[in-house]
Amino acid sequence: MLLAATLFALGLVGLLVRRDVVFMLMSLEVMLNAAGLAFVAAGGGWGQPDGQVMFLFVLSVAAAEVAVGLALVLRLYKRTLSLDADAASRLRG
Amino acid sequence: MQAAFYLAGAVAVASTVLMLTRLNVVHALLFLVLSLIAVAVAFFALGAPLVGALEIIVYAGAIVVLFVFVVMMLNLGDEASEQERRWLAPGIWRLPLALGAVLLAGAVALVLGGSGAGVVQPVAPKEVAVSLFGPYAIGVELASMLLLAGLVGAYHLGWQRRAQRPEEEVRDGLDTGGARVAAGRDTVRPGPRRPPRAA
Amino acid sequence: MYDLLWLVPALPALGFLALALAGPRLPRAAVAVIGAGSVGASAAVTLGLAGAFLASPPPGHAFTQRLWTWMAAGGFQADFTLRLDPLSLLMLVVITFVGFLIHVYSVEFMWDDDGFARFFAYMNLFVASMATLVLGANLLLLYLGWEGVGLCSYLLIGFWYKDPANGRAGRKAFVVTRVGDTAMAIGLLLLFRELGTLDIAELLRRAAATWEPGSTMAIAAAALLLGGALGKSAQLPLQVWLPDAMAGPTPTSALIHAATMVTAGVYLIARTHVLFELAPAVQLAVACVGAATLLLAGCSALAQRDIKRILAYSTVSQIGYMFLALGVGAWTAAMFHFMTHAFFKALLFLAAGIVIEALHHEHDIFRMGGLRRRLPIAFWAFAAGGAALAGLPLVSSGFYSKDAIVWAAYAGPLGNGVFWALAALGVLVTSLYTFRLIFVVFFGEPRGEIGHRPGWAMSVPVAILAVLSVVAGFLNVPPTLGGIHLFDDFLAPVLPAMAHHEGGGFTEAASQVLTALAFGLGLAAAWVLFLRRRDAAARIAASPPGHAVGRLWREGWGFDWLYERVLVRPITALASAGRGDFVDGPFEAAGRAAFALHVAASATQTGRLRWYAAGLAGGSLAAVAIALFL
Repeated sequence: MLLAATLFALGLVGLLVRRDVVFMLMSLEVMLNAAGLAFVAAGGGWGQPDGQVMFLFVLSVAAAEVAVGLALVLRLYKRTLSLDADAASRLRG
Repeated sequence: MQAAFYLAGAVAVASTVLMLTRLNVVHALLFLVLSLIAVAVAFFALGAPLVGALEIIVYAGAIVVLFVFVVMMLNLGDEASEQERRWLAPGIWRLPLALGAVLLAGAVALVLGGSGAGVVQPVAPKEVAVSLFGPYAIGVELASMLLLAGLVGAYHLGWQRRAQRPEEEVRDGLDTGGARVAAGRDTVRPGPRRPPRAA
Repeated sequence: MYDLLWLVPALPALGFLALALAGPRLPRAAVAVIGAGSVGASAAVTLGLAGAFLASPPPGHAFTQRLWTWMAAGGFQADFTLRLDPLSLLMLVVITFVGFLIHVYSVEFMWDDDGFARFFAYMNLFVASMATLVLGANLLLLYLGWEGVGLCSYLLIGFWYKDPANGRAGRKAFVVTRVGDTAMAIGLLLLFRELGTLDIAELLRRAAATWEPGSTMAIAAAALLLGGALGKSAQLPLQVWLPDAMAGPTPTSALIHAATMVTAGVYLIARTHVLFELAPAVQLAVACVGAATLLLAGCSALAQRDIKRILAYSTVSQIGYMFLALGVGAWTAAMFHFMTHAFFKALLFLAAGIVIEALHHEHDIFRMGGLRRRLPIAFWAFAAGGAALAGLPLVSSGFYSKDAIVWAAYAGPLGNGVFWALAALGVLVTSLYTFRLIFVVFFGEPRGEIGHRPGWAMSVPVAILAVLSVVAGFLNVPPTLGGIHLFDDFLAPVLPAMAHHEGGGFTEAASQVLTALAFGLGLAAAWVLFLRRRDAAARIAASPPGHAVGRLWREGWGFDWLYERVLVRPITALASAGRGDFVDGPFEAAGRAAFALHVAASATQTGRLRWYAAGLAGGSLAAVAIALFL
């Protein structure tokens, strides 16, 4: 669990620090992975398969999200020719 | 078993840290793969072989491969590394680190203070399978629908007839440097100079 | 028939509502029909009422129609009660009939104006308010109409609001009449406190019963009512607003500032004449004010160049005659002059409107000339109206009404030789400025080019009024010339006939001859100065004393200058000094605080992804903290 927490925190830091969207997506993966780890550990702690089942769901969600996210990254790049996350700030209030 | 777990954990943390600080995307991806494999080993040590195998096959095998494909399509060159160096000024780490540290402290406190669930016991894959086909069947169906949605979405988003003409990009109000695309030099260009994130 | 009395104020009021709510959306023809038609219908009802009244007058020569209870609180009750008696019937006939003619005239005059519907809405509201004023059976309802006409006057003077000068003129009129209105309101309160009622008939009865002639209460009440009348009728010292009120459209000047609203003061005094009889000092003051005003205004009219300002000062002067008549106790003579003045002054204003329209909104008479052959209708209209105004012997209505007043200034209960002399001098001055106007505008060399010729809507009302200006005088012919007193008899139930005091050998015939001479002298002088030898007039005007006097007269005897220095500037200085008070502070601060919050909240919407992610992280941190510590 501690490991999961550490990895999660690291992933969050990475998400906040990096400006390149690809890096941000990678940090997201790390965070998801950490969450899954936490699930599995907890499930194992209780001796039940539910933790692993949850991990499977988390995994599939991560896969779908990566697919769509990378497609979006491609779109963003085609539009702005840069991978700067801060450049896409047209929703600025 | 314990030693394997701690070792794998240490490798995972180290490789994640390294991943975060790399300038070159491909380097970072490699470290990501390393981190994922280390976590898989941790899974094996926790007695969840199914999950560990799945981690390697799906996560490290498919998702990271997707990343690699996209990175190759983007064709980022040395200029991108230069840009990353500029973006990763030391000052920029302060707030996220602080935030992450506080969050970590909180999470740790929660974990340590919570009702300990006892020693981790290995759970056989057979139990997981039975659970999946039984009570969690509907979850499986939903997950498959989600994957289908992701598939369609990604296909639709990724599909493009032709490159958008530079004038269209200008009309959209984005400073996109379409002329540079037309000139064939479509590597990553830094965007318009933006003020540093108000931290 | 009498039950239809309520229609007389109601029809124009309905017209006002219709035009105010839907006017801009209606086509002009519909607006004209509603606007002029409502007043026309009211006039028709009035004529029917008049016919019924003359044929078979109601008992007591007064018909009262109570519509509803307006307010009843404590010991005070005021109802919406309309009362028709000879005096109010006379006023009503003049108001609705002349009003209708002016509305028809306005259809053509204002046709090209953007505010066509707005104009008719205001005019209808005016007619409704004026009808309420004269029909009110209690002073409170009268005051309601009083305020209503004041409001409409303001709205119509500043009708062309895009020019700030018009707004200033409207404000000036409203503020000056307000001074009078305040005095009147205090008078109403005083009357109620002393006599316990505001119903006019009852009030006058109680006043006659409980107050001694010359008692302080009577003097106070009458003086306060006089204050109100001074304001509304533009007499000294509150006459400064009427010349500036000419900034409004000409039909407005004709209706409001010639025929009806400015006579509201005359009506008030005539209506409450019992109070004035109980306070001889105040009645004498009325006469003095009238006499002074008629001369001052007449002299000012002599020095004006703007055609409408000449007519405005002339109105002030003629109302001075009415006040003089009221002051010396010749009640019916005052009302007679009111009626004839309504006809010929409205005629003069409408004809002036024709001239102004034709010469592309030229107002300066010295830029006009020779219109006698080029605008015959205006010429004959001015001839008829001018003759009536100056008092052409025997054939104009003004002659009979003004002569009655001049004679009463000598022979009335409070009359004396001084008043007579001033009134006769006034005839000379009136004749002089009237014919000056006519000779300068209509004779001489043609100047300016004719643009818009009047159509039937403008010509027919003018023609009708011209006829009336000539024949209306025959209602009351003095004994020396035939002895008809239809008018006096008609008003007898309400207004007592004038009691002659013993004169010293000065007969009415002598008075008439002398006033005819004054008229002739004025005509001759105008002929010489403005037709034959214009250079003489110019030399007189250019000489140093002539120039100074001319300037004094033109500026209205310095009243504006005085009021500006003594009243307006100190008060506005005080007002701007009090502007920076602290009361605005909290409200301003609230607004600014809200805006500051807005700015702060907007700053969080940076549009940047990592910022939002940081926000999420911060939020989850807070959740964890809550989980840990709470």
